[in-house]
Amino acid sequence: MQSKRKIRVLIAKPGLDSHDRGAKVVARALRDAGMEVIYTGLRQTPEQIVETALQEDVDVIGLSILSGAHKALFPRIMELLKEKGLTDVMVFAGGIIPDEDVPEMKKLGIKEIFGPGTPTEKIIEFVLENVPKRT
Amino acid sequence: MLEKEKVDEIKRERERWEKTTLPNWIRQCPECKSEFRNHSGMLIKRVYTPEDVKDLDYIRDLGFPGEYPFTRGLHATMYRGRLWTMRMFAGYGTAEDTNKRFKYLLSEGETGLSTAFDYPTIMGYDSDHPMARGEVGVCGVAISSLQDMEVLFNGIPLDKVTTSMTINGPASILLSMYIAVGDKQGVSREKLGGTTQNDNLKEFFAQKLCIFPPKPSVKLTTDVIEYCARHLPKWNPVSISGYHIREAGATALQELAFTLYDGIAYVESTLERGLKVDDFAHRLSFFFASHNDFFEEIAKFRAARRLWAKIMKERFHAKNPRSMWMRMHVQTSGCTLTAQQPLNNIVRTTIQALAAVLGGTQSLHTNSFDEALCLPTEEAVRVALRTQQIIAYESGVTNTVDPLGGSYYVEALTKEMEEKAMEYIQKIDDMGGAVAAIEKGFFQKEIAESAYRYQREIDEKKRILVGVNEFTIEGEECPIELLRIDPKVEKEQVARLQKLKRERDNRKVKEILEKLHYAAEKEENLMPTIIEAVKAYATLGEITDVLRKVYGEYKELIVI
Repeated sequence: MQSKRKIRVLIAKPGLDSHDRGAKVVARALRDAGMEVIYTGLRQTPEQIVETALQEDVDVIGLSILSGAHKALFPRIMELLKEKGLTDVMVFAGGIIPDEDVPEMKKLGIKEIFGPGTPTEKIIEFVLENVPKRT
Repeated sequence: MLEKEKVDEIKRERERWEKTTLPNWIRQCPECKSEFRNHSGMLIKRVYTPEDVKDLDYIRDLGFPGEYPFTRGLHATMYRGRLWTMRMFAGYGTAEDTNKRFKYLLSEGETGLSTAFDYPTIMGYDSDHPMARGEVGVCGVAISSLQDMEVLFNGIPLDKVTTSMTINGPASILLSMYIAVGDKQGVSREKLGGTTQNDNLKEFFAQKLCIFPPKPSVKLTTDVIEYCARHLPKWNPVSISGYHIREAGATALQELAFTLYDGIAYVESTLERGLKVDDFAHRLSFFFASHNDFFEEIAKFRAARRLWAKIMKERFHAKNPRSMWMRMHVQTSGCTLTAQQPLNNIVRTTIQALAAVLGGTQSLHTNSFDEALCLPTEEAVRVALRTQQIIAYESGVTNTVDPLGGSYYVEALTKEMEEKAMEYIQKIDDMGGAVAAIEKGFFQKEIAESAYRYQREIDEKKRILVGVNEFTIEGEECPIELLRIDPKVEKEQVARLQKLKRERDNRKVKEILEKLHYAAEKEENLMPTIIEAVKAYATLGEITDVLRKVYGEYKELIVI
């Protein structure tokens, strides 16, 4: 019998900001919750993130950004995911993203945005509930 | 030191108290936790007594303020003679925007400038670089060339104000621009006062804004230290920074130990240039965070001062007492600010700022209440500055030097901090020094572990954060106005930069950049050539690109 495939998550840091404390804590919490987690490291371009998602065959991408450049970078990432046919990958984001930008980000296809102070438990639950089913 | 008989008597009395008075109280009112610990994991006792400081030798361990080992403060009169410098970290948008903010802060009573650069500048990219998209002027001010720097300090006489610049990889470039602005204003180099952060080691495991690999990064840091020792006597060439180590998740103890170790590494790299320790050590400066645990922070600052003095005297044989001075800037801790109920951050910042003052800082930045959400608005910055002014002028804590000196608790904690930091220092020595520890991922692992533990404690409510995991407001909406950076900042900045690139003497720029390439390959001190380059309006990105070619780029060691 084939063992159940672990959920594969890519935690990615687009843009130039170097605040990786949150991204690393989330990566580790998801790993401790039994998921396979790949962390990109800092300062990834949208192209690099999407390429890694493709190579690593991930189910979920978590984007972390605190620099305020999300409006410039998230649309490009979502566009590239579409171009590469990765439309079934679930994307969520965290960091410092003002409330007033959230609707715009969700319209791009980002499923949820987690602000500062979110318990890791909440993120784990969210991923488990929203991970796309593989056929 | 207390006499043995006296200590024995106190011990007997304590034991009696523990048998008679204490049990009744614990029965009626049990303690909330089975054990009490600070952030560094040190076990905190119920009550401290002279027993806990029985080995403390006043003259040896504390001494008088202004004298070795400086536990009680660097200056004999401390804040009775002169308050700390109120230095607010500021920068956003274009150089014009930040120039305005600087002038506003000075008019409100700030006493020193501190510059926040945007991410492209920090990473050595011009504003028109593809990596800069969406980031120009967003988290700090965009500075691509001397032209921007001239605007940034327009109308601010550099001989009347000191300026701190949070810049590391490109520190030599920004300092060169500052020198060039000084030259234009007719301010001689001996008169320029301020600080370049220029602490590249901590970048690899804390702030992580690294451009070059560790060895050339240390080389660049040392270039600035050496150049300043010879030409800029009032400049602090490096601000050895624990702040980012702490913000990345380290405990107070790790912050203390790792920062001091970076200091050791810079002293060693500068001695290798043939300078004597007393030629430069008096200009080394430090930068710490002030977090939530009030007494732990005060003990950390006091221990830092004493330990550094000992290191300079015993390890490096400094003779000049000033070489043993740990002059510090403190910033209240950004990572303690909450996006929830943001006005509560004013209270957090006040407690942290007070700890810094009771810890004897020379300079202080207080965070604004909106900084978990955005760069601070003018109103938020004003409240933050007023917080310092209230401590300085209303609280009375400035009336005496080191008011907590002699507290059983504070002295015991100061000693424990010092001893445990020393254990870390020995461990890193055994590993072969700071660069070796970075390459092994030692600091990175230590910090990631502490960050994760801290978050678990919050998630499990072992650590209460008011407004976040307790005392929350259901359906809270953000009650404050946020500062947003207009995307037109990027367009304008790029246009200005491209105009400059067209109109300057490009032949001259090319020649100087070639000269720089040659100097970098020859391992010369690059400061003189970089000054020449910025004066010809070679850009930050162009200069950094030359260095990238020679030194290569750092590839991150990923540690989760």
